[in-house]
Amino acid sequence: MAPVSSVVAGSAPRPPADSIGVLGWLRTRLFSSVLNSILTILCIGLLVWIVPPLIDWMILDAVWSAAPPEVCRAAEGACWALLHEKARLILFGRYPYVEQWRPLLAMTVLIVAIALSCNRNFWRPWLAGVWAGTLALFGLLMWGGVLGMTYVENTLWGGLPLTMILSVFGMVGSFPLAVALALGRRSRMPIIHALSVGYIELIRGVPLISVLFMASFMFPLFLPSGVKVDELLRAQVAIILFTAAYLAEVIRGGLQSIPRGQDESAKSLGLNYWQTTTMIVLPQALRAVIPPIVNTFISLFKDTSLVAIVSLFDLLGSLRLALADPLWRNYFIEGYVFVALIYFFFCFFMSKYSQYLESQLQTGHRP
Amino acid sequence: MAEPTPSLAPARPPTGPRVWNNPRARAIIYQVLVLGGVIGAAAYLIDNTLTNLAERSIRSGFSFIWHEAGFAISEALIDYQPNHSYVRAFIAGLLNTLKVGLLGIVLVTILGIIIGIARLSTNWLVARLASVYVETFRNVPLLLQLYLWYSLLTEMLPGGRDALSLFTAFYLNKSGLMYPVPVYDGIHPFMIVAFLIGCVGAYAWGRYATRRHEATGVPTPRFWPSVGFVLGLPLVVWLIGGAPTAIDVPQMERFRFVGGWHVSIEFIALLLGLVVYTGAFVAETVRAGILSVSRGQTEAALSLGLRRGLVLRLVLLPQALRVIMPPLTSQYLNLMKNSSLAVAIGYPDLVAVANTTLNQTGQAIEAIAVIMAVYLTISLAISGFMNWYNKRVALVER
Repeated sequence: MAPVSSVVAGSAPRPPADSIGVLGWLRTRLFSSVLNSILTILCIGLLVWIVPPLIDWMILDAVWSAAPPEVCRAAEGACWALLHEKARLILFGRYPYVEQWRPLLAMTVLIVAIALSCNRNFWRPWLAGVWAGTLALFGLLMWGGVLGMTYVENTLWGGLPLTMILSVFGMVGSFPLAVALALGRRSRMPIIHALSVGYIELIRGVPLISVLFMASFMFPLFLPSGVKVDELLRAQVAIILFTAAYLAEVIRGGLQSIPRGQDESAKSLGLNYWQTTTMIVLPQALRAVIPPIVNTFISLFKDTSLVAIVSLFDLLGSLRLALADPLWRNYFIEGYVFVALIYFFFCFFMSKYSQYLESQLQTGHRP
Repeated sequence: MAEPTPSLAPARPPTGPRVWNNPRARAIIYQVLVLGGVIGAAAYLIDNTLTNLAERSIRSGFSFIWHEAGFAISEALIDYQPNHSYVRAFIAGLLNTLKVGLLGIVLVTILGIIIGIARLSTNWLVARLASVYVETFRNVPLLLQLYLWYSLLTEMLPGGRDALSLFTAFYLNKSGLMYPVPVYDGIHPFMIVAFLIGCVGAYAWGRYATRRHEATGVPTPRFWPSVGFVLGLPLVVWLIGGAPTAIDVPQMERFRFVGGWHVSIEFIALLLGLVVYTGAFVAETVRAGILSVSRGQTEAALSLGLRRGLVLRLVLLPQALRVIMPPLTSQYLNLMKNSSLAVAIGYPDLVAVANTTLNQTGQAIEAIAVIMAVYLTISLAISGFMNWYNKRVALVER
C-alpha cells in the first residue's frame, strides 16, 4: 500500500493546462476577456510602434564616441557626442574647468551623507553633527580660498551641485520655520494663530515663480541701500520661505496624529508647554511624518529647477547654457534626456525610499 | 537658633501668582511681542523700500496701470493692441492663464482617471504601461518637460505652408494649430442659451431619476435623457434657426493660412506639459482612492452579478470619489499655479505680462502684488468650490 500522502497527491486532478504556467498567466493576465484582449493587442501595437525605433535612435544608430557635430549630422540616431563635449558644463555649470574636482568631491560628500541618513540605525543625535560637518565641508570645497584652493565666488557655481545646495539648504533652512509655523497654527493664541495661517495660506496660494520674482526684484528694495545680496542667496531665501509653508502643513498633520492623551499626561507630570512640545509631542509627530517630508523634499528638488528662470545656472539652467551653443543646439533632445535621467534617478529612489520607510514605520507604531 | 530666619521662607505675595505665571497674561505678552516683532520688521522693510524707491525715483502706486502698455501680446482672447493700457494687458494675460488652466483641468481629469484605472487593471500589460507613464513623468521637473515639449514642437514640426493637415481642416505647423469654426450666425447665442438650459434640465432630470429610482425601485435611465437635454436642445434650436452649416475652414494662401481659428504652439506645449505632468499625479490620486474602498465592496458587487465595468461605475467610483476629491483639488490648484511657468516658453499668461510690465516700468512691487493677488483669488475660488462640493458628496457620519 502506498503512503497516504502519495495516494492523495496522485489522485488530485491536475488543473487544466490553460490555467497554469505561461499559458495560464497569459490567459488570466492578458486575455481574460474580449476587452482585455483588445487592450493587450493595442498595447503590443503601441510598443512595437515606439520601442524598436527608440532603440535604433538611442542605441544602434547613435554616435557614442566623441565626435564633432558634423559626424552627428550624418548619423541617423542620437548624438551622445554632445555629452562628451558638454557633460562637464551641464554637470558643473560655469565653475572653473580645472577646479571641477571640487564640486565633484563636494557632491560625493553630500550624497554619502544623504545615503547615511537613509539608514534608520543612524538616526541618532550625532547625525546632526555629521550634517553640520558635511555642509561646512561642502561650502569649504565650493568656495575654496584656503588650503591652496583658489577662491570661487558663488556666481560661478552651477549644475548639479547648485541644484543640491538649493534643495538641501532649502530643506534644512525651512525646517525650524516650518515647525514654528505648524505649532503657531495649532496655537490657541489668536494673533499667533492668525499670523501662521495667513503666512501658510498666502504662500501656498501663489506659484513659486512669483516668490522667486519677489526675491529677485523686491528683496533689493527691502534692504537698506548699499547692502547687496547676491542672486544665489536671494533665490535660496525664496526657496526656504516657500518650502516652509508646505512643510508646516506636513508637520501639522503629524502633530494632529498624536493623541491628546500624550499631551495631557505630559502636562499632568508637570511639564510646561515647551517641555511637552520638544520632549513628548514633536519627536513623535516628526517621526510619523518622515515619509511625507521625503515627498516634500522630492518636490523641492524638482522645483529648484525654476531658478533657471531667474538666471541661475542650476542643472537645467546649465543645460540651457550648453544648448545655447549653435553648433550643438540641434541635439537638444539628447541633452534633455540626460538631465531628465539625473532628476529621475534622484526622485525615483527618494520616492521608493519614502514608500519603504512608510511600510517600516507603520509596523507596531500605531497608537 | 530656634528663631526662624525670615530669609529662608520668603512670604508669597498675597496678591496671587505673579503676572508671568498667569497663562492668560503670558499669552497676551507673547502675542504682543510677536505682533510687535512682525510690525517692526514690516515697518523696517517698508521704510527701506520707500527710501530705495525715492532714490531710484520710482513712483509707487497703481496709477501706472492706466498708461499705455506699448508691448504686444502674441495671443489674447480680448482685443488688445500695444497702445492699450497696462490694465488691459493684465486682463488679457489673466484670460490666457484661465484658458490654459481650465482646459488643463478638464483634460487632466480625463487623463488621470483613465491612467489611474489602467494602473489597477487586471491586464498586466496595461497596468505596467500605466505605471511606467506615472513614474516617468512625475519624477522629472515640469519645467524641463515644458522646455522639451516646446523645443520638440518647434523643431520637429514643419514650418509655414508644409503644415501637417488632418481631414484638410486642421493644420499643425511650427506656429500652432489652425482649426475650423462655424461662421458666426444669429442663432449661435440662442444655441448657447439652449445649451445652458439643457444643462439645468439634465441636472433636474438626474435628481428626478434618482428620486424615482429610490422611491419605486424602477431603474430610470439617466444617461441618454441627459445627453438629449444637453446636446438635443441646442440641436433643435439650430434646426429652427435654419441649420446654418457654413464653416470657416483654414485655407492655405500664398504665404500663410487665413480663416479658421488658431492656437499658438506655446499654448499647445504648455497645455501638453501641464496635462502630462499633472496627469501622473492625478492618476496616483485616483488609484489611491479606488484602493481605499475595501475589497469586500468589489466582491459583494461581483457576487450580486454586476459586471466589472458596472462595479467600477456604481460601487467603486462613487465611494472612491470622496477620498479622491481633496487631493484632486490640490492637484487642480497645482496645475493652475504651474501654468505660471508659461513665462519660460513665451506663452503670454499673467506672469509673463506682469514680468514684461515689471521690466518696462520698474514697478516691481505692484506687478508682483498683482500676480499674487490673482493667484490667491483663483486658489481660494477653486478650493472654496471644491469644499462646497466635498460637503455635498461627503458621507453623513452617524
